[in-house]
Amino acid sequence: MPERTVAIASRSGLHARPAKIFVQAAQRLGIPVRISVGAKNVLATSMLGVLSLGATHGTVVTLSSDSDAALDELTAVLARDLDDE
Amino acid sequence: MSEKLTGIGVSPGVIAGPVARMAGPPALTGRSVLNVPEALSAVALQLRGRAAGEAEEILEAQIMMVEDPQLLEDAERLTAEGLDPARALDRAFSAHEKALLELGGYFAERAADVEDLRHRAVAAALGRPMPGLPEPGHPYILVADDLSPADTATLDSAVLAIVTRRGGPTSHTAILARARGIPAVVACPDAGLLADGDLVAVDGSLGSVRRGVTEREIDDIRDAFLATRARLRDGRGPGRTADGHAVPLMSNIGSAADPVGEEGVGLFRTEFLFLDRRTAPSLEEQEAAYAAVFSRGGKVVVRTLDAGTDKPLPFLGLAEEENPALGIRGLRVDRVLPEVLNTQLDAMVRAAAANPSAEVWVMAPMVTTWQEAAAFAARARARGVTRVGVMIEVPAAALMARELLEHVDFLSIGTNDLSQYTFAADRQHAGLADLLDPWQPALLRLVAACARAGLEMGKPVGVCGEAAGDPRLAPVLVGLGISSLSMSATSVPAVRESLAGVTLGQCRAAAAGVL
Repeated sequence: MPERTVAIASRSGLHARPAKIFVQAAQRLGIPVRISVGAKNVLATSMLGVLSLGATHGTVVTLSSDSDAALDELTAVLARDLDDE
Repeated sequence: MSEKLTGIGVSPGVIAGPVARMAGPPALTGRSVLNVPEALSAVALQLRGRAAGEAEEILEAQIMMVEDPQLLEDAERLTAEGLDPARALDRAFSAHEKALLELGGYFAERAADVEDLRHRAVAAALGRPMPGLPEPGHPYILVADDLSPADTATLDSAVLAIVTRRGGPTSHTAILARARGIPAVVACPDAGLLADGDLVAVDGSLGSVRRGVTEREIDDIRDAFLATRARLRDGRGPGRTADGHAVPLMSNIGSAADPVGEEGVGLFRTEFLFLDRRTAPSLEEQEAAYAAVFSRGGKVVVRTLDAGTDKPLPFLGLAEEENPALGIRGLRVDRVLPEVLNTQLDAMVRAAAANPSAEVWVMAPMVTTWQEAAAFAARARARGVTRVGVMIEVPAAALMARELLEHVDFLSIGTNDLSQYTFAADRQHAGLADLLDPWQPALLRLVAACARAGLEMGKPVGVCGEAAGDPRLAPVLVGLGISSLSMSATSVPAVRESLAGVTLGQCRAAAAGVL
């Protein structure tokens, strides 16, 4: 399955507002995407799952999905500083 | 027949009305009447109905958690194994709470949100009222065990007063009630006796709740409350006693967005710049944030960063401690990370130089010895600070106030921490609220020692803790020799009126009486 790795660009990490923006973006895609940090691997559409990754600014996460387009889109979201939006 | 319950008054004002209780967390008893998806939908529906205004952002995230596909899958798997839906929901939410708590830091703070959702979902499944603010359809006295941040986010004008069984003078509920001007009594052990519809009068100054008031009395009390509020709102002018002794009434702020009264800022907390940061804010960023406050002119007392292992900030990278309140916090952070304070002092000096209409004083938190005070003063002056002070939060510092004042220009007493350290009582501990009462004579004796040292040395000694905003305590503090009081801007009018009604001689007599 195709994968992408990306470092969390948001200053506050994948938490609060940035987590919400990311999960909403994943939900809009309607295509299964998983996000993982180390051994933790969760649905990108799961707010509770994404929070449980504990990803902070600079944490490298891996996205995996059958859809390259979905991966590109979500990688781009994580590479932005979502605290500024 | 009337009957009085007592607690601790944390937000002044007298008001009366009918009680409406907040439903507490549901007991996991009986069988569910809704299945898992139905219960979760009911919670989401309820939250959607409330998501408006400032609370919208918070509640939107909550709704996403309730509609979480992973949570639904987990809970449905448990019901497929034969578990009752309420218990399945309880277990599925609990697993997520635990995961967040294990992460620590600000992820752990979200665990309380998940816990709140768990209670709501369990209640919905069992067909019981969901915990949360009641909606009786008329103004009411809110009675609760304690209030969660999500509850306080949805407080509206229908809440006449707040009475809680738990909580203390410095709890979240108390601070919010004061900021909103809602009379409040916390740590009221018998709050559980109050039932929906009981007519009660709440005195947020005395900390009393009187049961058995009549409809007629309610109208009279409400009229008086509204009249008082209007009169206080129209009050103006500097703080002074009836015989003209001036006591500047200043404001505590946490950023340029907070309201400021007429007599300047007595405590400008700078933590807001550092929250949620992986790296320290730059000199330029800090300078701009301080300038936003200084540009309004007037006196501003800025406090250097008050964080540490008790209030962890990611960028400090401090190791966890067994007893964070007794560890590396406040000025003690400087022992391990001196650059943080240097940058902060430089940014303050630059912002002050660019805003000459502001009179900028700078003070350090959690100073313990005169040597620390002297070292801080020398460093601040060398970097260009003109008026240097320290906070008195540790009994050791209060006992040596005179020696501290040989090295600094002023003292500011933080009564919340001074209570905590004098009484060996965690300021967030609901069961110890009586020890944290600012009327405790031992606390007031330490305040008196500082004030006396200030009078002897001819240097100002202010109070900037929550005690400064208590209109009954203010005359006592003035009588002890305190020269200025700093509080949230909404507390200023009541304190101004209280001081205007007494002479300095009466203040001194009141002070002598409580020591």
